[in-house]
Parts: sequence; structure tokens; C-alpha cells
Amino acid sequence: MNRGQFVVRRLVQMIPVLLGVTLVVFGLLQLIPGDPASAMLGMQARPESLAALRESLGLDRPLWEQYLRYVGDVARLDLGESLKFKVPVAPLLVDRLEVSLALIVYATVLMIVISLPLGIISALRKDGIFDQVTRLVLMVTLVMPAFWLGIIFLTYFSLKLKLFPVSGYGDTWPEHLHHLFLPALTIALSITPMLVRALRTSILETMSSDFVRTARAKGLRERAVTTAHVLRNALIPAVTLLGLSVGYLLGGTVIVENVFSLPGAGKLLVDAIAARDYPLVQSTVLVFAFFVIAINLLTDLVYTFLDPRVRL
Amino acid sequence: MTAISSETPLSTTATSTPPPQRTLAQEARTRSIQRWKQRNLILGGSLILLLVLIALFAQFIAPYGPQDTDYTARLAPPGTGHLFGTDNLGRDIFSRVIWGAQIDLQVGIISVIPPFIIGVFLGCLTGYYGGRLDTIVMRITDVIQAFPFLILIIAIVAVLGTGLTSIYLAVALVAWVSYARLLRGEILVARNQEYVDAARSMGASDARVIGKHILPNVITSSIVFATTDIVLYIVLVTSLSYLGLAARPPSPEWGAMITEGRTYMASAWWISVFPGLAVIVTGIAFSIFGDGLADAMRARRR
Repeated sequence: MNRGQFVVRRLVQMIPVLLGVTLVVFGLLQLIPGDPASAMLGMQARPESLAALRESLGLDRPLWEQYLRYVGDVARLDLGESLKFKVPVAPLLVDRLEVSLALIVYATVLMIVISLPLGIISALRKDGIFDQVTRLVLMVTLVMPAFWLGIIFLTYFSLKLKLFPVSGYGDTWPEHLHHLFLPALTIALSITPMLVRALRTSILETMSSDFVRTARAKGLRERAVTTAHVLRNALIPAVTLLGLSVGYLLGGTVIVENVFSLPGAGKLLVDAIAARDYPLVQSTVLVFAFFVIAINLLTDLVYTFLDPRVRL
Repeated sequence: MTAISSETPLSTTATSTPPPQRTLAQEARTRSIQRWKQRNLILGGSLILLLVLIALFAQFIAPYGPQDTDYTARLAPPGTGHLFGTDNLGRDIFSRVIWGAQIDLQVGIISVIPPFIIGVFLGCLTGYYGGRLDTIVMRITDVIQAFPFLILIIAIVAVLGTGLTSIYLAVALVAWVSYARLLRGEILVARNQEYVDAARSMGASDARVIGKHILPNVITSSIVFATTDIVLYIVLVTSLSYLGLAARPPSPEWGAMITEGRTYMASAWWISVFPGLAVIVTGIAFSIFGDGLADAMRARRR
């Protein structure tokens, strides 16, 4: 099977998952206790506006019909209109996703920059002082609430030291990078522990494998063994984990965008919840899930490039 | 890096013997580390016990009630009289952190029970019987795992309405998938082993084979996972409180306390910092315990 066929097969396998995801997102509205229309408009809503909203959401139709209509709309990229912002949801989301994507990529880069040296040194000096201290520090950052760390960063580096802006996203790319540094760092620090741990385990496992023994036995210098043999092979599982951590990254953006007042999709989600704008909540969640599925597909693909042993 | 690259590479002199680097001293150190790891279980366990006792006896430990205000000592820094200082209403932060333990520990521990039970149950059925049920359940887990955990929880809590009950429900709906997958995998391996065949050939019913023979052998990994999950749920509830979806002020829930103190962060850091530290201490206690449990499990398997 060539790579093209592999992609097609993976895409076909994705269809039931995508349908399932739409079903869950559709079902969210059914979880609202009582009548969704009055939940959205509040108790004082006029009967006419309630009826109009019911009509526009199709709440008077049978459930299966509502679901089919919903899937049809999603397939045509029609995500409805936001109750709060009174604009179509799709362009609004695209606009906000730019910030979230920039934040995710930034956080991923920081994560790699922090994790690689920590993971490698911890593994090479297993159970040494560096390893122990790293483990201790990472244990703290793992259980630290991200918003708490964000608040501390914001207070100390932005308000007191005035090194970073207090809120917003900026207009140019250098400004974006400056604005997003603390938010990205906050997210990165909460996921780094998992990555470092995986990297360390992976390196240790690779070091005890036969081909590394062979490399040593044929007289290669230790440094050559580490870089050419151990690291090259040990990094592959870490790439997978990086792909799998996209869900955590997205969760992190929701928290961090609210702490740092960034106009991203995560802030949009929380604003939509506060405004009881459930169609917007639905669409945001849907887009987040589609994003995760897309990244997972991408990870699988990258994997086949990195590891020629993987049979398609 | 230097120490390792300066070591003599394994050359022809050391073909069959173990690497010469492993001296007696190093082996002794490995053994002492092993012992240290066993201590994790005890250390983590005692810390958790201590935290639970603090939560249970909050009314005897906390010098003030969670809502007691002292207007003469507003925004007092940590020190004598008020160990962790006071907030803008003159409430004692130390006391509130102690009272908060009741809420956060309770949420962490209770949240983990429904997904654990549902996941273990479905994992047993799908792993042991396979077939159509297995296919259906696994497709459902695929779908749920496509969502970012936090975002799906937030969305469910948002539609169900703010509060702890909604959080329990949301976690039950979402988190069982990890346990189901974990246990299914373990049972797939275990069901073909000799002791299972032996039990079956002696006429034991399926329920008995699963409950009495397989489960005790495979459940430990799920329990280890549950201890780390408790940490996740405590952080989750604090984050949801921050987003206004869980506990609301004046509740002494740690996340709500951090959120309340945010406005005063620049002048009175102690209001937000101490509840955050409480989360960290609790998280570390469960992490150490989980690590210890995992080590103990690995040692037993070996």
C-alpha cells in the first residue's frame, strides 16, 4: 500500500468517528434541563421570540430529523448564527482560531525546547541529581493549576516587572510573539512533565536494546551511540505523544486565553457559555474535536515518514 | 554528557561479562533507590491520610470559620495571628484553605468512582466476550476520545448547569473510556492464560472467572490510573471554578479562592497563592502514592 492509499483508508476510517462527534455535539443541546429555547433566552423572554428561536433551531421537529439537518448544515460548513454576537458562527470561529492556533504552535515549540534537554539529560544521568531534581520540579508543574500559574506570571512579569503586555494579542507577528509568550509558557509547563517522562523512558528503553549494544560493541564512541543510535530511535514515540497531547493543548488554551484575555476560540467558548449561546458552544466544541482528529491523522502520517519500519 | 562519553566504550574486552561500569557501589545505589521507591507508597499514603484527616476535622483545626470576617484585619499579610494572612473581607486564609480541603478532596475522590466502576465493568465485558458489544463500546470510546477532555467536560457542565453535581455527571460520562480501554487490554491478555483455563475447566461461571480470577490480577493498573485521575479532577474543579462553572465565592473551594484573590494579586499575593499551594501539595501526595503503587505492582509482576 502506498502513502496515498493509506491516507484514503485513514480518512474513510475517520467517517464514523466524525459522525459520532457530531452526534455527541448535537446531543449536548438535549442535555439542557427543560426547554433549550427558554434556557438560552432566559425566563423573561417574550413568547414570540421563544417560538422564533424554537423554529430556527428546528426544536419542533422530531429528533432524528433535527440531527440529519444538523449534520447536513455542518457538512456545508454552515454552523448557524451566534445568539450573542448576531453573526454567522463559522467566520467568527475562523477569526478566533487564528489566535488559538498561534498559541498552540508557540506552546508546542516551547514544550519541545524545554523537554528535549531535560528528557535527554535525565535519561543519560538516570537517578543522578539532575534527574531527581527534574522529576521533583516536574511533579510540581504537573499538578499545578494552569490558571493559577498564569495569574502569578501575569502579576509578576506583566504588572510588576512590565516585561510583557497585560492582555490582548497585538497586531504584528513580533507583537504576537511577545503577547503570547507567557500564555504559551503556561500551557507548555503543564504538559512538559508528560513529555519529559515519555522521552526519558523511551531513551532508557532504547539504550538497553540490542542494536545499541552492537553499536557499542563495534567500538563506536559513546557520543556517537547516543546521538546516531539512541536519540534517533527514542524520539519517535515522543513525536506520537506530542501529537496525542493536542487535546491537552486545546484544553490549556481555554484556561490560558481567559487568564490573559486573548481573543481566541477558548475565550469564545467561555464567553458563549456565559451568554447561554448554546449554538456557539456546540460549534466551538465541534471544531475543537475536528481539530484533534485532524492532528491525530497528521501524527500517523509523520510517523510513517519517521519510522520506515511502520508498515502502512 | 561528559562523564558518559569519557567512559571507555564497551570494546572486545567485555564481550560476555556485564558492562564493567556497574560496580558494587552502583548496584547498592540501585537497591537503595528501589527501597526509596517503596517508601513512596508509604509517604504518599501518609500524606493523603493526613490531608483527609485535616478535611474531616477542619472545624477543630481551623482557627476561624470559613466565612468569619475580621474587619480590623483586612488584607493582613501572613504572620502572627493569621498564619496565611487575610483577604479583603478579613477572612483568615489559613482557615479557608483547611475548610476548602473538604470540598476539593471530596470532589477529587468522588469524581473518580463512577467512571472507574463504569469503565471497569465495560472493560471486563468487552475484553472477555469481544464480539459486537466490544465493537460498539470501542467505537464510542473513539468518539469520546476525539474530544479534548477539558473542553467536553466544560461543555457538558455548561449545558447541565453550574455546580458540583454537574461535574460528577460530566466526568462519569467522559472519563470511563480510559478505564474501559485499559482494562479491556489487560483482560485480552489475561483471558488466554493458564490460570483462566484452569478456572474455566473446573466449571467456574463467567462471572466467577472474571470477578474472582482475572480481575484481582489486572485491576492494579486501573487503581494506579485512578490515583493520578484524582489529581486531574482536583485541578479540574479548581479550573472550572475559575471559569465560573463549579464553586462560586464565597465558597472556600481552592479554585474559587484563587479566583477571588486575583484582583488583589499585586498587593496581597497570599490570598491566591496559598490555595494554589494547597492544590500542589494534594496533587503531589496523590502522585507519590500513585508512583509507589505502580512500582509495587511492577515489583510483584517481576
